[in-house]
Amino acid sequence: MTDLLDLRLVFVTGKGGVGKTTVASALALFASQQGKRVLVCEVDAKGDVAGFFEASPTSFREKEILPGLFAMTMDTEASLREYLKLQLRIPVVGRIGPLAKAFDFVATAAPGVREILTVGKLCYEVREEHYDLVVVDAPASGHIVGQLAAPQAINSLVKVGLIRTQTDWMLAILSDPDRTGLVAVCTPEEMPVNETIELADRVREQTTVRLATVVVNRVLPELFGHQEESVFDALSGPGLRSDLTASLGGDPTPLLDAARLAVTMRRTRSSHLERLRAEIDPAVPMLYLPYLFTRSHGLRTTRQVAASLGEELGY
Amino acid sequence: MARGRTPEPVPGTSLDSLLAAKEIVVACGPGGVGKTTTAAAAGVMAALRHGGKVLVLTVDPARRLADALGLDGIGNTERRVPPEAFRAAGLKPRGQLWAAMLDTKESWDALIRRHAPDEQTRDEILANPLYQNISGRFIQSHDYIAMERLYEIHSESDYDLIVVDTPPTRNALDFLDAPQRLADFFSSRLLRWLIVPYRSKLVNVATKPFYQIADRILGTQFLADISEFFILFQSMYDGFVERAEAVGRLLEDRRTTFMVVSTLEGVPLREAEFFAHELIARRLHLGAIVLNKVLPAYLQDAGAAVVAEAMKERADEVAAAMAPALGQVADGLGDEAQVRRVLVEVAESFLNFRVVALREAEERSHLADTPEVLATVPFFDTDIYDLAGLVRLGEQIWD
Repeated sequence: MTDLLDLRLVFVTGKGGVGKTTVASALALFASQQGKRVLVCEVDAKGDVAGFFEASPTSFREKEILPGLFAMTMDTEASLREYLKLQLRIPVVGRIGPLAKAFDFVATAAPGVREILTVGKLCYEVREEHYDLVVVDAPASGHIVGQLAAPQAINSLVKVGLIRTQTDWMLAILSDPDRTGLVAVCTPEEMPVNETIELADRVREQTTVRLATVVVNRVLPELFGHQEESVFDALSGPGLRSDLTASLGGDPTPLLDAARLAVTMRRTRSSHLERLRAEIDPAVPMLYLPYLFTRSHGLRTTRQVAASLGEELGY
Repeated sequence: MARGRTPEPVPGTSLDSLLAAKEIVVACGPGGVGKTTTAAAAGVMAALRHGGKVLVLTVDPARRLADALGLDGIGNTERRVPPEAFRAAGLKPRGQLWAAMLDTKESWDALIRRHAPDEQTRDEILANPLYQNISGRFIQSHDYIAMERLYEIHSESDYDLIVVDTPPTRNALDFLDAPQRLADFFSSRLLRWLIVPYRSKLVNVATKPFYQIADRILGTQFLADISEFFILFQSMYDGFVERAEAVGRLLEDRRTTFMVVSTLEGVPLREAEFFAHELIARRLHLGAIVLNKVLPAYLQDAGAAVVAEAMKERADEVAAAMAPALGQVADGLGDEAQVRRVLVEVAESFLNFRVVALREAEERSHLADTPEVLATVPFFDTDIYDLAGLVRLGEQIWD
């Protein structure tokens, strides 16, 4: 199976709040550090990708934010303009008046049009080989299937016309496991794990895209081995507490409570991880990223995550 | 009881008074912060403390939530949480708790049945492939139908309080705009453009380029399908627009309050702040901000940090002092190197979590500028899987 970094188009999705944008940014950064020419595209247009690289706001026109790393924000109307210009050779601007309104209308009327313009632009960049790798900070797992299944949806609705002929080459790219893959990001918590398992099923049933990797983000460190935990229990017991306080010259209670909380959190989370591993196809690799005890989420953090990702990928 | 109650004014502001006096609590905020669970906890607390008929309307098909409420599944139709479930948890609710889950497709169908002028139109719409696609897959339809269903239940049932959980939208505000967008859409001039040629094949100079392009992109048949669909929908235009406007009014009404749910993590918090400001700008009632998964306050304690530094730096010495006593607790616990490792782990773990706790406390201080009620919920060390767990969460928020 093709390695994650050898794919040409990678969609990164996950339940809201699990660090989808962090992972997409880190993956793009790591690939560019390996000498690849990379495009990272933010589909939700929240402006987070720029934040993760501490770059100025991104737009539909891709720009190089770090050596070999380009960023853009999806804008379906701009994508339509580009498409009309490239594919139809229609001198659009000025001919059909308020394109925005017309587009809004068509997009609202015809489900899938907005999605196909997004997927279309991404596939176009892949087909033209403008980049070695296109990383998509895709919609959350609730919406990604609609996005990836847009070409089939359009195919079933539209029997003829240019859109129909356009969907075929997009499907060819999306369906090729050597070129396209989906990365599902999740955290070792109950709901994100549930949603990832559901997502894996829906992607298999409703799209032609392969689930390439599951990234488990924010994995807490294991504090103690078995016997070490017995030492910890004895230390925090009432019998030794005063000795410990005297030896340290201060009350260790908050430290012991914090360690207890860390151990319990880690334990609850491991059970979710086991369930995730059991439910996801064993052929799908799973990568683990550590919980980061940092002050903020800037470029420094992105570099740290990129480094962990690189290690997990075996570099 | 519901209709007769005066919804306001509320003496002072507290989270409890929201549950006691408002008719609708909309839980909103970024994804993955425990929105659904918080909404469920709000419903449970209202039923426990204030009585009346309380409904939790969720969009999240979480199996666990149904289990926690003692239901073997939640569907589009409201179901009462059995009193036995409360009794089993040692609770005695003063009111009734009901639960329902939003089914987009079913709700759209119900809406069509309501507004269709006659049976034939109704059947034609329900059978139209475009309609089926819109109701089933069309992303934004979810936002609209959630608010529509809220309106329907509120106006037609006798719930004293409805706690509604909002769909995970791309943009937290989508669901607020959905009724207006739908109304705008149906009154759009472009819609009339599109319908004209289907009726009369009359295409004028102004609209011709639009059709040429639409035709080339979408194909004639598809264009005709769209036209047919919208001609059918036109017959329901007045009903739809009126309804969408009524939904908008209900959200603006003072009987409705918004509860923004978030965590103190960077990205969700920024989204929640934006949302809170936007609610205020739109003159909607921001009732509360609930912050989930907040790390315990002792992590911020400066004295404890000094102890942690000492534990790390003097680990050798402390381990040597503690090892003999540990060896007496049980065999094998007295190994100095092992004790040292444990001490260093404990100290480092504290200092690590402290970095996060300090960052979060700082973030939280910004929120204090928002005058509304702020509630914080500690990091629970276990998942919430039953009614008692929801109450535990509720007590953290409402006490």
